[in-house]
Amino acid sequence: MLDRVTSSATIDNKMASAASTQPSAQFADITRNDDTLRRFLHGLPGVDQVGAEARAASLGTRSIKTTAKAWAIDLAIRMVDLTTLEGQDTPGKVRALSAKAMHPDPADSTCPATAAVCVYPDMVGVAKEVLGNSGVNVAAVATAFPSGRAALDIKLADTQDAVQAGADEVDMVIDRGAFLSGRYKQVYDEIVAVREACARPDGSSAHLKVIFETGELQTYDNVRRASWLAMMAGGHFIKTSTGKVQPAATLPVTLVMLEAVRDFREQTGVQIGVKPAGGIRTSKDAIKYLVMVNEIAGDDWLDPDWFRFGASTLLNDLLMQRTKLTTGVYSGPDYFTLD
Amino acid sequence: MAANKHSTSSTTQARFDYAPAPESRAIVDIKPSYGLFVGGEFVDGHGRSFKTISPSTEEVLAEIAEADEADVDNAVKVARRAFRTWGRMPGSERAKYLYRIARIIQERGREIAVLESIDNGKPIKETRDVDVPIAAAHFFYYAGWADKLAYAGYGTTPLGVAGQVIPWNFPLLMLAWKIAPALACGNTVVLKPAETTPLTALLFAEICQQADLPAGVVNIITGAGSTGQALVAHPDVDKVAFTGSTAVGRAIAKSVAGSHKKVTLELGGKAANIVFDDAPIDQAIEGIVNGIFFNQGHVCCAGSRLLVQESVADEVLARLKRRMATLRLGDPLDKNTDIGAINSAEQLDKIRELSDIGEAEGAGRWSPPCELPKHGFWFPPTVFTNVTQAHRIAREEIFGPVLSVLTFRTPAEAVEKANNTPYGLSAGVWTDKGSRILHMANKLKAGVVWANTFNKFDPTSPFGGYKESGYGREGGRHGLAAYLKGEDL
Amino acid sequence: MTPPDSRIEVRKTYKLYIGGQFPRSESGHSYVVDDAKGRFVANAALASRKDARDAVQAARAAFGGWSGKTAYNRAQILYRVAEIMEDRRPQFVEAVRQSEGLTPTQAGKALDASIDRLVWYAGWADKITQVTGNANPVAGPFFNLSTPEPTGVVAVVAPQQSSLLGLVSVVAPVVVTGNTAVVLASPGRPLPAVTFSEVLATSDVPGGVVNILTGKHSNTAPTLASHMDVNAIDLTGLAGDSAQAAALEESAADNLKRVLRPPATEPDWTLEPGIGRMTTFLETKTVWHPIGV
Repeated sequence: MLDRVTSSATIDNKMASAASTQPSAQFADITRNDDTLRRFLHGLPGVDQVGAEARAASLGTRSIKTTAKAWAIDLAIRMVDLTTLEGQDTPGKVRALSAKAMHPDPADSTCPATAAVCVYPDMVGVAKEVLGNSGVNVAAVATAFPSGRAALDIKLADTQDAVQAGADEVDMVIDRGAFLSGRYKQVYDEIVAVREACARPDGSSAHLKVIFETGELQTYDNVRRASWLAMMAGGHFIKTSTGKVQPAATLPVTLVMLEAVRDFREQTGVQIGVKPAGGIRTSKDAIKYLVMVNEIAGDDWLDPDWFRFGASTLLNDLLMQRTKLTTGVYSGPDYFTLD
Repeated sequence: MAANKHSTSSTTQARFDYAPAPESRAIVDIKPSYGLFVGGEFVDGHGRSFKTISPSTEEVLAEIAEADEADVDNAVKVARRAFRTWGRMPGSERAKYLYRIARIIQERGREIAVLESIDNGKPIKETRDVDVPIAAAHFFYYAGWADKLAYAGYGTTPLGVAGQVIPWNFPLLMLAWKIAPALACGNTVVLKPAETTPLTALLFAEICQQADLPAGVVNIITGAGSTGQALVAHPDVDKVAFTGSTAVGRAIAKSVAGSHKKVTLELGGKAANIVFDDAPIDQAIEGIVNGIFFNQGHVCCAGSRLLVQESVADEVLARLKRRMATLRLGDPLDKNTDIGAINSAEQLDKIRELSDIGEAEGAGRWSPPCELPKHGFWFPPTVFTNVTQAHRIAREEIFGPVLSVLTFRTPAEAVEKANNTPYGLSAGVWTDKGSRILHMANKLKAGVVWANTFNKFDPTSPFGGYKESGYGREGGRHGLAAYLKGEDL
Repeated sequence: MTPPDSRIEVRKTYKLYIGGQFPRSESGHSYVVDDAKGRFVANAALASRKDARDAVQAARAAFGGWSGKTAYNRAQILYRVAEIMEDRRPQFVEAVRQSEGLTPTQAGKALDASIDRLVWYAGWADKITQVTGNANPVAGPFFNLSTPEPTGVVAVVAPQQSSLLGLVSVVAPVVVTGNTAVVLASPGRPLPAVTFSEVLATSDVPGGVVNILTGKHSNTAPTLASHMDVNAIDLTGLAGDSAQAAALEESAADNLKRVLRPPATEPDWTLEPGIGRMTTFLETKTVWHPIGV
């Protein structure tokens, strides 16, 4: 591990965010080629699977009740990237989803909006039309999502297309084939290039989330290495999965990624976000993730700017639990919109 | 430290304050007073009764009978009588009683967990997830041995009456470790729980009744040190099993000298938890925390000496402190409590005394900011840095949430320091290198070596110490040896 | 004619048990099961070759999960089966009484012994390794440990006579160590096996761990003996039929199945069995690892 350069508690989120808009030059020696990258990534401390899973399971036994639960549910709603990524998506479907993102519970004006709507690039315009300046972002998956199997120029064109259509955030996939065969430099360069493709003419830039597809990386050691690779390359968020491969997000995978962003900020001062996606369906699950964020990365990450849930069905369960807490009565799926 | 109460912090960013999540006490029914459990029923004791209190609140829970010498004698007689039938019963039938007990422990698990937490002070999280399930598993495991003794290699003849004395740190679990193998092998028992934690043993007596266990097979006598002394000294006891301090263990070993009694002793420890520079660092931190703060450090095999390789010492310490700051100390019945109360005022005094000595001897003392409850016995999780082998806190068992940190440069130095103690119960090794784990395991003089984990217990796995940590093993196939006559030497 | 005040009973269809489901035979065939006195009792499903193949597939699919469970967990699950059998006493006693022509008391004793047998084997789950495993003091700086592992999918030809105690005595030792089983029930006395499969289905035993086929051995036994995805075969049910057993053993040699040969006559199932039935279907794995700094 590199020496720690700052103390985490003193970092201002906004500053960290500004700093992270430039890929860090401090890693130049590490990111020179496959060899230097391998030496660094394989020099990271190992992750013991049994221990990591036990820790995640033990955090999962925290009991979050009453006021804490209400607080966590609202926060979780605000962290949802409400997602539809199907071949059968239509403008109608995306419009409905966007409407829901702004007003998840039309019957309750105190219910917060979600963080973003997550769609394929060709649907960005439709979503943007509905969402406008509501504060709900549009996230687009790009770079030949979900497999990532396309030439780099096509991936970049895919990204630019999404940004031009108004995407606030881009969710890219890494080349898992390259990663697993040790071509780290290729993975790194691709992230850097996509990050550049996220730039807008006005000098601002769409936020970049880097998807690892942890179900394909298989080991926690790989998850830790991918995390560092993506953070060094300038990703704003690291994200577990596309949702198209099983297993998708799990608590221990997210644990390892939260440890990575925690350690990265301690070392560089730069804060990176984390997004578990896929397989998180219940409020109970979501709260377990929030407990983990709280106790592993710390409460600086308990904010939609730094933690997201990639999910579709989760939102309705959060809404049902929210209603239960306010009315004391269990609700049913008929009382929530199905978009 | 995250205290289990609402924070009044008014930062702009909302904090995730876990609301109180207390487990309900309604499930337990504590009687105002308890007698001794002898011959299948509760009887009066003839010593001076004493009170058991909740260490987290100092609330008096119940009045407990004390067994005097005559009560002990009677219990042993009753056990001897019961042995005549129990010892001859087919193993498959004994097994079924043990299976029943195991099942009842599972079924009444929540009730036992709450009672244990109240009487002992340990967090409900631990009683619920560790003490109770492992206790049930012990009965399941040894139930299975009852009719398979011929395969174990220690003969099939029981010893007779076992006198068992257990400590207060894992009241029900230590009871299970003692009673399950004894009964499986065909012995009958007289067991004395610790003075400060008798309630789950007395609940276990009810479980024996519920299981229709023949009267006299299990007898529970309560009392303090003198009751235990009378039990182990009783001439008609064939087997003495003791878990507790090395001082008492030594006295027992002397007192049985020249007798026919078979003895197992599970005593103190000062385990080294050895962290190499290539350790899986985040899991190692968890292992250090678990090693010393699990059960408030009231664990004979606690990893109370952290030996960390110098090249990573600063990093390990920084990470450890950060992790310690997230430990939640407070109401043992709150499901989010990580650290509960110290078991007794006496134990708290001992921890304070040794910690003060550590400070006086020049070690650096650190605890996370931590508000201790006003009532009850509490001690914050504490770490001492710059400790050397010469410090008393590196040599004496503190039996509390106090970690002494030492450093080493080479594997040989780690082995030397780890073994440089009269104790030899357990040790931990953290490294990603398999061959080094096995090397260290070979060199360490300890009865249990945990590699890249710590404080793991399983009924199939033998547990016990080298040197002054005692002799004999509990658990596993080896655990049967203590309760069978064995082959002639 | 039925007297007007008596109720017409609802009769049960006896089906196969494959992958946790109760299918009829894929062939659509069934056969008549009589009681010990030759009176009609029920129609049972007549398993076909394809049913046997389906059962092997189910057993294979279940193997990873079942063998991957902790031994403690498997012990708990088998103990639970014993508890449920105890709960279903009348049904078992009746099935054994009908099948074997016993008095209710005798049938009750057979049930008692079956439950006790299951409990006995349940206890072995986390002990067999401790009795058959070994640390080996090799002459070199190596850690060397031998431990038993389950063989895989085991075909079991269950005893012909002892319809419940015999059945439990051959199935339990196979699955307790983590194997999965395809069991051919006694062709003439299949009903206790069907009841047993209903117990399994309502217990915590995962579907596919035990699959029970009723019908004639001539259909299914050769299919299982030659099946290349079956790892072992227990021919106990062919006691006395040495020609048939030899033919199956020869067929089993194609993929070197572990074979448990049948005895000359059906054993006395009330005797304590020993550990041979478990060890026959275990492999020994030895792990070497260097020791060094």
